[in-house]
Amino acid sequence: MAKYKMHVLVCGGTGCTASHSHEITDNLKAVLRDKGLEEDIQVILTGCFGFCEKGPIVKIMPDNTFYTEVKPEDAKEIVEEHIIKGRKVTRLLYTDPEKKEHVSDSKHMGFYKKQLRIALRNCGFIDPENIEEYIANDGYAAVAKCLTEYTPAQVIDEIKLSGLRGRGGGGFPTGMKWEIASKNHADQKYVVCNADEGDPGAFMDRSILEGDPHSVIEAMTINGYAIGATKGLIYIRAEYPLAIHRLQIAIKQAREYGLLGKNIFGTDFDFDIELRYGAGAFVCGEETALIHSMEGKRGEPTFKPPFPAQSGYLQKPTNVNNVETYANVPIIILKGANWFNKIGTEKSKGTKVFALAGQINNVGLIEVPMGITLREIIYEIGGGIKNGRQFKAVQTGGPSGGCLTEKHLDTPIDYDNLIAAGSMMGSGGMVVMDETSCMVAIAKFYLEFTCEESCGKCSPCRIGNKRMLEILERITKGQGCMEDLENLKNLATVIKDTALCGLGQTSPNPVLSTMNNFWDEYVEHVKDKKCRAGACKSLMQYVIDPNLCVGCTSCARNCPVNAIQGEKKTPHVINAEICIKCGTCIEKCKFNAISIK
Amino acid sequence: MARVKLSESKAKKIKEICAAYGNKAGEAINVLHQVQGEFGYLPAEVQELIALELNVPVATIYGIVTFYSFFTMIPKGEHPISICMGTACYVRGAEKVLDEFKRQLGIGIGETTADGKFSLNCLRCVGACGLAPVAMIGEKVYGRLTPDMVKDILNEYK
Repeated sequence: MAKYKMHVLVCGGTGCTASHSHEITDNLKAVLRDKGLEEDIQVILTGCFGFCEKGPIVKIMPDNTFYTEVKPEDAKEIVEEHIIKGRKVTRLLYTDPEKKEHVSDSKHMGFYKKQLRIALRNCGFIDPENIEEYIANDGYAAVAKCLTEYTPAQVIDEIKLSGLRGRGGGGFPTGMKWEIASKNHADQKYVVCNADEGDPGAFMDRSILEGDPHSVIEAMTINGYAIGATKGLIYIRAEYPLAIHRLQIAIKQAREYGLLGKNIFGTDFDFDIELRYGAGAFVCGEETALIHSMEGKRGEPTFKPPFPAQSGYLQKPTNVNNVETYANVPIIILKGANWFNKIGTEKSKGTKVFALAGQINNVGLIEVPMGITLREIIYEIGGGIKNGRQFKAVQTGGPSGGCLTEKHLDTPIDYDNLIAAGSMMGSGGMVVMDETSCMVAIAKFYLEFTCEESCGKCSPCRIGNKRMLEILERITKGQGCMEDLENLKNLATVIKDTALCGLGQTSPNPVLSTMNNFWDEYVEHVKDKKCRAGACKSLMQYVIDPNLCVGCTSCARNCPVNAIQGEKKTPHVINAEICIKCGTCIEKCKFNAISIK
Repeated sequence: MARVKLSESKAKKIKEICAAYGNKAGEAINVLHQVQGEFGYLPAEVQELIALELNVPVATIYGIVTFYSFFTMIPKGEHPISICMGTACYVRGAEKVLDEFKRQLGIGIGETTADGKFSLNCLRCVGACGLAPVAMIGEKVYGRLTPDMVKDILNEYK
């Protein structure tokens, strides 16, 4: 293998790819070729670095220089200045928003300081399409250790001792799940990786698969050995073409290296993995629904028991774990359960990956130790609320979770605390909202999602959620009454108690948690017909203050429906009948003359 | 009602795909993925033929097609537009962007313009939350959108 003096790592995650990171790579390679440096400097397209807000990211190793918002035309300067002359290109360095100083090493950036990368350990460091890079970073050493030093029972004990819990949302202890599957005897068992990430606003599993696919393959092999399965299946969304592509490459390479197939590491253990494609159904994240979908049927859940560990894929014992759960397994085996269980809180060990998004300065993918507070995540890692606005709420757990408020900011985050606060860990979406988000509209947004995704099998979910949505639609249109609020609460409680699967049982959570924390806002919508956030269109009217309007005509010229009339240099008027409330006029007015009433 | 007949070459292709999966009912989703990849959508007569080949009732195939959002029975436009309605995009104003696309194109969600040029759809999370709100036209991702950018973007394709 060639030895390189320097490595240039370019983020090849979805966000950065959308901002032309492929062109950056091509340009870097072309410039290096021109300078005759292609033998000395290697350019690698890696998985996601996490700091999507400032993408595309280019990192130079070994000096750990972190360049942000790089454009394809910057390639020449990076090569000529940094690589050849050793001078950092300061204009591309990250600027600390408080100290206003350039920070070149990512370790000293607020975004990374409090992070602890275990599941994402290789994302952004290795070339995901090259198995040798994974092996060079202790890849496949864990499965070697299991196959040659541990009995299956010892592997399960190690995972149990580590305290690892399912990262897909529910938080079921992983070791216990493996133990149950191992105790059910059958001629064939299956190991399934759930990569059907359907939570809107969550993209951690995709980032792991795109950035470090081998870690999942290795973990599934370990899982197969532990429970006595020889076949693995990865159920992945068809909407993730890049992740699928990288998994296909990784599986092929692992087979070529004898790390999948017959007699792995010269033992009598055989294991192989196939891909199965989802077709866009949120409910398929539920394990029984997922299994039906893999069998080529509609992805409808069935009652548990029997659990998949007893009767799963093709009625055989099946163990289903999520991508992020698997990404933790190899490193637990290598560093030991006692290393892992020292991280985190008493009942939630290790770290959790969150997709931090919404009205926050540093949007991106973060991995933090359990027990960190929301305040640390939002203000230190996330850099606070965008445009200096006020924090209002943070939504965790997606359509199954709830909204947390100011009073929860100092609660240590773990599975149990989040449930106690009326939300849940979920798969790791974390959407931050400021005062421009209406909490009633947010509840409606999630319910629209659930109604669309409800499989229709059980009536509480199919009919109940629809009725709840209708009530919320009335309220946001200013047609609600106080009785509606009472009905909403009752319906939510009944659905929670009676729905068949996890989707239905948790679907009322966004409504219940916003009602608990923002009751005043609901009442305002109903009684005063007012939306304080200015988000519910039917409840607002755009008006021009004649005392502030100077008649510059900017609003009238930009109004997409010509709803604004008025002579030059005289105050303008908005025709409420025509106005579509798009907000363009407010953005265009330089005199703050337009407001929402 | 007059029925659209499948051309022979189309029917042959579908039969080949089914056969490649051993005409097994359990492979229905994989078959549908590939057929849609080939023809762009799954009209009734295509589903009937697949059902025949896999030896299952048409209702089973129709049930699968309508269950999963990835499958469509309506042909997409030449330039399919997908607006991300993931939570991150939603709180950063994706709805306003969607409204503007609807207004400019004169079509609703799930519809195609009369000239067959554009179709409009929503999807849940592209995974580019850093660029929210986001829309995709074909494979190209447009980020940090505001309603007043919509007109210029559409003009790129006219």
